[in-house]
Amino acid sequence: MGMKLTLKIWRQKDGADKGRMVPYELEDISPDMSFLEMLDVLNERLILDGEDPVAFDHDCREGICGMCSLVIDGTPHGPQRATTTCQLHMRHFQDGDVITIEPWRAGAFPVIKDLVVDRTALDRIIQAGGYVSAPTGSAPDAAAIPVPQADAHDAFDAATCIGCGACVAACPNASAMLFTAAKVTHLGLLPQGQPERYGRVTAMVAQMDAEGFGGCTNTGECTAVCPKGIPFETITRLNADLLTAARRS
Amino acid sequence: MDLFTEGEPIHDTRAPDGPIEERWDQRRFGGKLVNPANRRKLSVIVVGTGLAGGSAAATLGELGYRVKSFCYQDSPRRAHSIAAQGGINAAKNYRNDGDSIQRLFYDTVKGGDYRSRESNVHRLAQVSVEIIDQCVAQGVPFAREYGGLLDTRSFGGVQVSRTFYARGQTGQQLLLGAYQALERQVAAGTVEMFTRHEMLELIVIDGVARGIVARDMVTGEIETHTADAVVLASGGYGNVFFLSTNAKGCNVTATWRAHRKGALFANPCYTQIHPTCIPQSGEHQSKLTLMSESLRNDGRVWVPVAKGDTRAPGDIPEDERDYYLERRYPSFGNLVPRDIASRAAKSVCDEGRGVGPGGLGVYLDFAEAIARLGRDAVANKYGNLFEMYERITGEDPFEVPMRIYPAVHYTMGGLWVDYDLQSTIPGLFVIGEANFSDHGANRLGASALMQGLADGYFVLPNTISDYLSGGPFEKVGDDHEAVVAARKTVTDRIERLLSIDGDRTPDSFHRELGALMWEYCGMERTDEGLRKALDRIRELRTEFWGSVKVPGENEELNQALEKAGRIADFFELAELMCVDALHRAESCGGHFRAESQTPDGEALRDDENFAYVAAWEYTGEAPVLHKENLEYENVKMVQRSYK
Amino acid sequence: MSWTYPGIGHNFPDVASRSNTVTAPRPPRAAAARPGSVYRSSVGKKAVMAVTGAILVLYLVAHMVGNLKVFLGRADFDHYAHWLRTIGEPALPHRVFLTIVEVVLTVAVILHMWSAVSLARRARRARPVRYAVRPAAREHRYATHVMRYGGVVILLFVIWHLLDLTFGAVNPRGGGAEPYDKVVADFAPSHWYVTAFYVIAVIMVGLHLRHGIWSAFQTLGLGRRRRQRGLRLFAGTVAALLVIGFVSVPVMVTIGVVS
Repeated sequence: MGMKLTLKIWRQKDGADKGRMVPYELEDISPDMSFLEMLDVLNERLILDGEDPVAFDHDCREGICGMCSLVIDGTPHGPQRATTTCQLHMRHFQDGDVITIEPWRAGAFPVIKDLVVDRTALDRIIQAGGYVSAPTGSAPDAAAIPVPQADAHDAFDAATCIGCGACVAACPNASAMLFTAAKVTHLGLLPQGQPERYGRVTAMVAQMDAEGFGGCTNTGECTAVCPKGIPFETITRLNADLLTAARRS
Repeated sequence: MDLFTEGEPIHDTRAPDGPIEERWDQRRFGGKLVNPANRRKLSVIVVGTGLAGGSAAATLGELGYRVKSFCYQDSPRRAHSIAAQGGINAAKNYRNDGDSIQRLFYDTVKGGDYRSRESNVHRLAQVSVEIIDQCVAQGVPFAREYGGLLDTRSFGGVQVSRTFYARGQTGQQLLLGAYQALERQVAAGTVEMFTRHEMLELIVIDGVARGIVARDMVTGEIETHTADAVVLASGGYGNVFFLSTNAKGCNVTATWRAHRKGALFANPCYTQIHPTCIPQSGEHQSKLTLMSESLRNDGRVWVPVAKGDTRAPGDIPEDERDYYLERRYPSFGNLVPRDIASRAAKSVCDEGRGVGPGGLGVYLDFAEAIARLGRDAVANKYGNLFEMYERITGEDPFEVPMRIYPAVHYTMGGLWVDYDLQSTIPGLFVIGEANFSDHGANRLGASALMQGLADGYFVLPNTISDYLSGGPFEKVGDDHEAVVAARKTVTDRIERLLSIDGDRTPDSFHRELGALMWEYCGMERTDEGLRKALDRIRELRTEFWGSVKVPGENEELNQALEKAGRIADFFELAELMCVDALHRAESCGGHFRAESQTPDGEALRDDENFAYVAAWEYTGEAPVLHKENLEYENVKMVQRSYK
Repeated sequence: MSWTYPGIGHNFPDVASRSNTVTAPRPPRAAAARPGSVYRSSVGKKAVMAVTGAILVLYLVAHMVGNLKVFLGRADFDHYAHWLRTIGEPALPHRVFLTIVEVVLTVAVILHMWSAVSLARRARRARPVRYAVRPAAREHRYATHVMRYGGVVILLFVIWHLLDLTFGAVNPRGGGAEPYDKVVADFAPSHWYVTAFYVIAVIMVGLHLRHGIWSAFQTLGLGRRRRQRGLRLFAGTVAALLVIGFVSVPVMVTIGVVS
């Protein structure tokens, strides 16, 4: 005797299709299931009924690869804070709930099919400068670069970003600022990241804009939905670095 | 019909002779180099973007080769290396606790239960030191001491503290380092990235690997890509068990297709069962989640002394608890290697002393650590792991002990490679978990990250030049008959899968195959069980090709079609795993044959008959076994003891 | 197909050819950074907004302090209003200082609005398809509404306010009257609805500033995790003082304390 649910799922055959919401009824859902396992149950049924199963992105199913997405009842990754969709469990829903499932919505994330979107724009932001230029073999001894524990700690908090894009999905401006700021902060706080610090931030922000993401207006929606709790402070740090870069140029 | 036949023995001809410490230097000196100006005329395909593939593609790009990198995910940053939690080993001896390259080498050979190749393992230990340097230079935020220097911790199977870590997300941070290096090369134009592409066939021309056939998973287009060398870094095959700690998309297709084209597959039965996973909660379970082994540093493993004790853990008094690892292995205690910890958990559960639903679980208790170190210190060390556990189970490990149970985690077997990491197909290199070379029959904790990065950053880029220096290679056109044939194999297979239109879903077959493998080719294997499994796998495979239902068409994003293709290959692999497990009538590392154990239930090796690598050749019928004898010149083979 | 190597400049034949090449849309590439381009970036526009906002806040503080002189009586208030036009004399000609202030304010308002409008338009383009379900409340959902739509309301208010008390066009006493008289006439008890509109608009300004001041610190890179509470408190306090200061004048007029 599990839960009975109504799902309203965005179905869109491909990028050219207009798409629509389609309702599905599900019965006998166990509270111990994960949200994606619940969708697996639906898809098994759809296949046997000769219908097209719902396409959704997922991979590790342990909250770290950043592949899963889904806007659940208007919130990216669903109602539980600091939790990816794949780690969201059905015990957070009630029998009889109507659950709306939509893809990430952003012009820079075109829909590929159903709930699957193209997030390669985020990779291109990294390509613009989200790295330390340290060719293999050129490194000094690891102990030669001491890092104050507090800096290592703050850098780590930023480095935990999984690149899922929930920040973009939640932002009223569809801005990729938190994603960009997380990488700028991670590398900008470490001594290894200093030589490229100001060029990096300028290039990454320019790429972010070129991809068609919106601009940040400090609404804080991004950190509220971030499954890794990337702090808002990273955005402030990016702003500071960008202005310093502007002064220096 | 015989299950297999035996062919000629196989040898690694690439490792130089001489003192083991000098072999890697000698090989690098002996190998031919490619002039930097010529490198950009040479192309390399790298399949997979995990620690091995990502670091290899980035480094080859830096060197100036033209690289094409492929991954099935939407971004190279999502490869499953990202999920590794605990840490990465390196013989830095920053702790001054007696560590050395020699000791890391020895620990790894011993941990692998004397079934790995000495020269490869020694090179791994040597290179480990450079990996940490490289990763720190990239900005990987390793844990630091107050003084700003790197922190380390100890891991299962060793007595030194040589594991570098980044909270419980070491794999993530290392992979992002490699990913960023890769994206830097994409921006520089040396690497071309193909995301959402799955390799479905290897192109072999005149016995030499010259490219791959890949499917664009968005459009369904079947593409052929040719190059001067192909590197497989496609990971392990743990998902043959359906339930494992691997990502859902992990599969054996890339390596299996290469195997079918002539690459030998070595030691397929060596599977690592990780002792600290969250137990299965029901039928619907789609994957298992690992809790880092580092938890065993402070957590104590126990079960009730009495069978069928259903009291809440807090109600069971101290003298009615059995801390069985501490009892049976006093010197290593809770930190015994993974294979031993897993089997011990299975045996107490088999005795009826397991806890939780179905009695398939043991406690991992932090009460003592919380009392000793304080709640904050424990939260600092393991906070994110505790949260993850609570999210999945709904239970708070600060209040009640965790419940854990073993799960398939890593596969030590893989394509056979020589010292240069080249398979038996010239021009086909295999790195990371996809090859077999470094871990023997059991991998030590924090060694997978080490091997992946060693192969990708330091070993392959140095050895592949010896092969590529044999160029320039003849240009291969898309109309070459071998290319056309490889392409046709792929399209035929896809058409066949789509046309069956049966009445069972791909997943239902995968679940059934997985359950079968777990039952008969899991933690404990017997002659009888494996024979039974072989029969059942063949029946199930026939049923699959007769009644699987794959909806939709090829020319779209079709996740059911992707799955079906992978499962079809898992069926063939499963058979080979069982044959390998059946022929190896000894117990070693992750391979435990019930017929071969000591009186007190420990694994019993048979060095006289089985001190070899079993490399299997694909024939379409009974596979052919080629043995590579393992000779130990530097480490003395002894029965492993962690008591 | 050929590969171009940046910095080398040669084309090499593509040995690793790819069949059935799909002509994928070329991924967007950011133009090379030019001096000043930072200020046209989305983050730069926010910085422009923050700096111009800061100018406007400083002006509001001065404006409010001046307003409070109404409580010192007609003579003081009118004298103060007159003095504003004579600042800097004789070094500066009559009303020049005030004109400079007006120009600076106008430029600040225009730049502030330009940033806001271009960011709002960018935001609209960035999400061509909207969500079917909007969550009831998340973190600072109100911030966008108060800033964006509230900003429009404030603009309308400022226009009316200038027409009313600066140019006198909509003032009951007309443009020629003394400032004190204009204020008293405007907010007379019979004109309670004008007072109500004024109060609502000023509260809107307060809400705008509560987020805006805090936001400006973030945009200018001055916020840190440890300072967040302090900054929120500061922004809230400044906003509240301004609201109280501005609201006190019309309310006191309406209830007859000032007449």
